[in-house]
Amino acid sequence: MKKFGLSDKAFDIINKILVAIITIVILYPLIFVVSASISDPSAVSTGRMWLWPVDITFDGFKLVLENDAIWLGYRNTIFYTIVGTTLHLLVLLPCAYALSRKELKGKVLIMWFILFTMLFNGGMIPTYLVVKGLGMLDTMWAIVIPGLVGAWSVLVARAFFQQSIPDQLVEASKIDGASDFKIFIRVVLPLSMPIIAVMALFHAVGLWNQYFSALIYLSDENLYPLQLILREILIVNEASASAGGGGGAGGPAGSAGSFVEQVKLAAQVKYAVIIISTLPLLIIYPFLQRFFVKGVLIGSVKE
Amino acid sequence: MGVRQEKVEEFVPLDDKKKALKKPDKPKKPKTKFKDFKKNFSQNWQLYAFLLPALSFFFILHYIPMYGVQIAFKDFFATMGIWGSPWIGFDHFERFFDSYYFFRILKNTLILNIYELALFPLPIIFALMLNELKNGPFKKWSQTLTYAPHFISVVVLVGMILAFLDPITGLVNNAIVWVGGESVPFLTDPDWFRHIFVWSGQWQALGWGTIIYLAALAGVNPELHEAAKVDGASRIQRIMHINIPSILPTVVVLFILNIGNFMAIGFEKVLLLQNSLNSETSDIIATFVYETGLLEGQYSFASAIGLFESALNIILLVTVNWIARKTSENSLW
Repeated sequence: MKKFGLSDKAFDIINKILVAIITIVILYPLIFVVSASISDPSAVSTGRMWLWPVDITFDGFKLVLENDAIWLGYRNTIFYTIVGTTLHLLVLLPCAYALSRKELKGKVLIMWFILFTMLFNGGMIPTYLVVKGLGMLDTMWAIVIPGLVGAWSVLVARAFFQQSIPDQLVEASKIDGASDFKIFIRVVLPLSMPIIAVMALFHAVGLWNQYFSALIYLSDENLYPLQLILREILIVNEASASAGGGGGAGGPAGSAGSFVEQVKLAAQVKYAVIIISTLPLLIIYPFLQRFFVKGVLIGSVKE
Repeated sequence: MGVRQEKVEEFVPLDDKKKALKKPDKPKKPKTKFKDFKKNFSQNWQLYAFLLPALSFFFILHYIPMYGVQIAFKDFFATMGIWGSPWIGFDHFERFFDSYYFFRILKNTLILNIYELALFPLPIIFALMLNELKNGPFKKWSQTLTYAPHFISVVVLVGMILAFLDPITGLVNNAIVWVGGESVPFLTDPDWFRHIFVWSGQWQALGWGTIIYLAALAGVNPELHEAAKVDGASRIQRIMHINIPSILPTVVVLFILNIGNFMAIGFEKVLLLQNSLNSETSDIIATFVYETGLLEGQYSFASAIGLFESALNIILLVTVNWIARKTSENSLW
């Protein structure tokens, strides 16, 4: 075979170069966004800024931080994320633990009851009607409840409890007269910090990043999460600007210049908004990377 | 001690062993079974209580909507409720199948998903490449950096796409004009929509997608490599004949799981990328359900379309799983 001609050393070098190229291609848009958010907008729009910041200015950030809607969205999202993640754990962990115990009867049936929801669901409209019927429209519950627990999380958490909680430990506590509730709180949970961290992180990231439930269930702007505000700034405005023109501008010649300025500033605001909304995740990500990776792996063991 | 014995009895999965234990009162079997359960329940009622919140959640937010799917076969009036609305059979389905947009939406959905599925090998290749690197800062950094886009929200991702591809101020068109080309209206040209959707997805998921394969590769027996080296196998040969066959089971299972999400993939992103000018290729079943159902309020009609989508998805999943089971040892069930 021809491949013999390629010595292992050459392979090594080519492989390293390819990985470096892929990494740079993936990294480049991120660097660009950071640079664009603090560069002079006209340098960005003309292409003078293409990698490192040019004519550094923080006007974009200033405008974003002065925007009340973004602060409100931020507050709402933090609130939804905390409440949603707490409820997620409160519902998920006891259920997964109970399903990992062999003294529980009817496990097969219960697992099927849960797993079937992976295969088939009612779909967007019937779910919407249920959420509406429960009176959750335009409340935070519409954001937190519909995606509260997934069958996948139950599977993963249950697998963890089965593998990592020694049966003898639970049995021994039972002989000492502890109730299941006490055992769960005092014995099982302290041993389950890894899975609690993984589950909480995945759910929190999901809640932080989701926009669709807010789009269909919320109409009160005071309840909008950050992602919905972002959608308006980044996408809806963009579409209306390119399709419909500038809206209510005044005189033709005089305001043209300021209109262009506004468009440019708007572009910078977009980059600044991206940074501000993604910052929390990007800051915690390097520290928590191993937890996320662990989560993916615990999940895959199950398959 | 008594507790232990209880456990042994419950552990027995099949009826016949129980029969053997309680031969004398065979006719009374249902009663004893019930008694067994009562005893078990009174001892472990807290465990059963643990299930309650989750099971009520699944019942209310998954099973009631499944019950509600029947409005696909009804003429739904909010005032009459789901049960009270009159049955009309397959009218909504017929209307959907006969409509001029049916073929277009179905085609768009299928093409978009097949395109996405065609790129399924990329994370595998990238994982094989990363696996060949020595452990060290270079490998660690390339992993950390390529995982990062996974955490960017759909809204931000689409925001970035719109900014980068803007016909006048966007980075990409600036570069095209700089090398002497002509600005391309990426976002409003239906021909570009699929490429933008699929490749932006790759940008976001390529690194993250390698995690599982890297774990599978870490499990490859090093002795195999040593033996192959002694036999004079090159790096590429070892990858082809040791690494790839070793991770094949993982690949098959992940492929089937991907098919499981086939139709639902990326709907929220399509909705954000869609505009009136690219709808020729960006109208898919899920966005259509959203439009007709939630924006226009045709609940019954939209439910029928959604049900059609779910049915298609299940048929696909079962078929692929069946093929995988016939042709290899690996399948989901």
